[in-house]
Amino acid sequence: METTRFSSIDANSLQYWILLGGLALATLVGVLAAHHMDLEGHHISGMSNQIVWGFPHVAAIFLIIAASGALNVASISSVFGKTDYKPLARMSGLLAIALLVGGLAILVLDLGRPDLLIVAMTKYNFKSIFAWNIFLYTGFIVITVIYLWMMMERKMNKFIKVTGFAAFLWRLILTTGTGSIFGFLVARQAYDAAIMAPLFVIMSFAFGMATFILVLMASYKWTHRTLGDVMLSKLKNLLGIFVAAILYFVLAYHLANLYATEHHGIERFILLDGGIYTFLFWAGHIVIGCLVPLALVFIKPMSQSRGMTMLAAGLVIMGGIAQLYVIIIGGQAYPLVLFPGMEESSSFFDGVVAEYTPSIFELLLGFGGICLALAIVTVGIAILEFLPESLSDKALSLDSARSNSI
Amino acid sequence: MRYKLDLDIEEVNTDRRDFLRRAATVGGLAIAPGVILYQTGAAKPADQAVSSQQRWGMLVNTNVCQEDCDACVTACNEEHGLWDLGRPETDAQWIRKLNVKDKQTGHVTSLPMMCQHCENPPCVDVCPTGASFRREDGIVLVDKHTCIGCRYCMLACPYKARSFVHEPLQDQLPHSPRGKGCVESCTLCVHKVDRGDNNTACAEACAKDGHQALLFGDLNDPSSEISKQLKQHGGTQIRADLGLNTGVRYQGI
Ligand code: SF4
Ligand code: SF4
Repeated sequence: METTRFSSIDANSLQYWILLGGLALATLVGVLAAHHMDLEGHHISGMSNQIVWGFPHVAAIFLIIAASGALNVASISSVFGKTDYKPLARMSGLLAIALLVGGLAILVLDLGRPDLLIVAMTKYNFKSIFAWNIFLYTGFIVITVIYLWMMMERKMNKFIKVTGFAAFLWRLILTTGTGSIFGFLVARQAYDAAIMAPLFVIMSFAFGMATFILVLMASYKWTHRTLGDVMLSKLKNLLGIFVAAILYFVLAYHLANLYATEHHGIERFILLDGGIYTFLFWAGHIVIGCLVPLALVFIKPMSQSRGMTMLAAGLVIMGGIAQLYVIIIGGQAYPLVLFPGMEESSSFFDGVVAEYTPSIFELLLGFGGICLALAIVTVGIAILEFLPESLSDKALSLDSARSNSI
Repeated sequence: MRYKLDLDIEEVNTDRRDFLRRAATVGGLAIAPGVILYQTGAAKPADQAVSSQQRWGMLVNTNVCQEDCDACVTACNEEHGLWDLGRPETDAQWIRKLNVKDKQTGHVTSLPMMCQHCENPPCVDVCPTGASFRREDGIVLVDKHTCIGCRYCMLACPYKARSFVHEPLQDQLPHSPRGKGCVESCTLCVHKVDRGDNNTACAEACAKDGHQALLFGDLNDPSSEISKQLKQHGGTQIRADLGLNTGVRYQGI
């Protein structure tokens, strides 16, 4: 019986080089935009002393949590023993690393002093969850590389399970850590919630799966390999479950907040009268990011169409970005409360909702990071054997029959 | 371009170089228990270290603080070279006048708001590199050499007391070094404290205008005016619920 055959993709086509060239160019433009902000100072960005984390952080945090979610497929196969997903495990590891690198690149380039990165790498304040995250991120990359190596080197295959388990645990901690960055901000009404960490974990599952589906479909289509319905519908159903879970957690978060009187202000702001944030919450996050994809994934006949699955994955990503925009920027825009129940005003925008419009430089930087991640995948699958030659229904049934018989 | 800050530093006089070196030293040693070598300029003997025997603080009497007065703000800006670039969203403000209106009664209290020099500062807790630090004598500062400009401390500060330097700087003042891409906040005029002035620019300006709303002093010294005032009349912490034990206290709120 035959096992899955992996091979690198053929990089000699014009289309391949156009794709890679485009991604590289967009990455370069992102770097230049960041450099320009760095030279001129951040006043040319949309950020201010009120909104200190802008669109680049939205993009970066999206990529970082999607990275840990992208590793899901690999975890399902090696940790939970679902061998059907095994052929996809390598790709899942590659995508995870690529997304994380893209996200980290944005974070670093958006620092006020990116030249002091070496300080960030050598001086740690262990009380800071941010410092812990630096370890978590580098550790994630190292563990995933080892995990990939175990999978790709036949001799090492016996270690797949234990490294897979390590990677799985690590990435749960990583996303919890990312969520905690916000959870620790006790004074900010929007973030002062323990549910932030599990919410981020479940968001990572959904965003990672959506990205994985899109990348997988595109790479199989463009390389003329077969992606069978069986595999795709499994992934699609998982995506649907994760999206439903996000809805559940978001509901729990807002209900908990509505229960506490001190949070009524921020709840009103997000759910009712926060302008762009209210709009992004309902239209972007809830409708486009959750309800529509759920319908596309679970209701016939949409659920039977590949195009609709692709659309659903794309919408989950857009909705995810909207959701993070609301959490990160909306949470800062809502004024800090120094004197509960009083009306505050000052020259420093106390008591008023802070304005923020992303500048072109921030958009280019965020977009550049996303393109960097995709470029890494594009190069990766061309030089190493990440992709199975076929994911047709027939190939998969043979494969799982074989694994099950071991 | 990135090295601009360091070049600037080399250009200025010894006083400022010393400050920076000291700041760096303290940043590096801030976690060491006990005495930290924080050698000061001419005014203070070099062997006299910053110690936790002092806790510098400030008492604000909002009853005498005038709504239309911003002498403290102007004085701070001048003392530290915080030039107004006409961009209120991004210009640094270490101290600001805050008006607090009771919705029920319409009564307005006016007060200066700045870094509260917390004993348990959230900004220090979250800072990944340890650039935000608290001196033994209670003054919370940012080490410009290790601040990477991540701005996490700005999100963490419950008082919105911090500013990010959004533009290249000109005409910096030697005793109060700043850096593009770094975060900064009220230093409690640490250069004046170390010089032995025993006062801050804002409190001096307030007194000069005849309001006497700001009182600087040592909270650990029972015989200091600020301790006596606090003992007699009490003083409130803003957002005391957070348990930060602020060094800046308010009366009349
Ligand atoms: S007031 Fe803000 S900046 Fe000052 S010590 Fe407290 S947390 Fe830090
Ligand atoms: S901006 Fe600077 S001082 Fe503030 S948390 Fe980041 S490194 Fe620390």
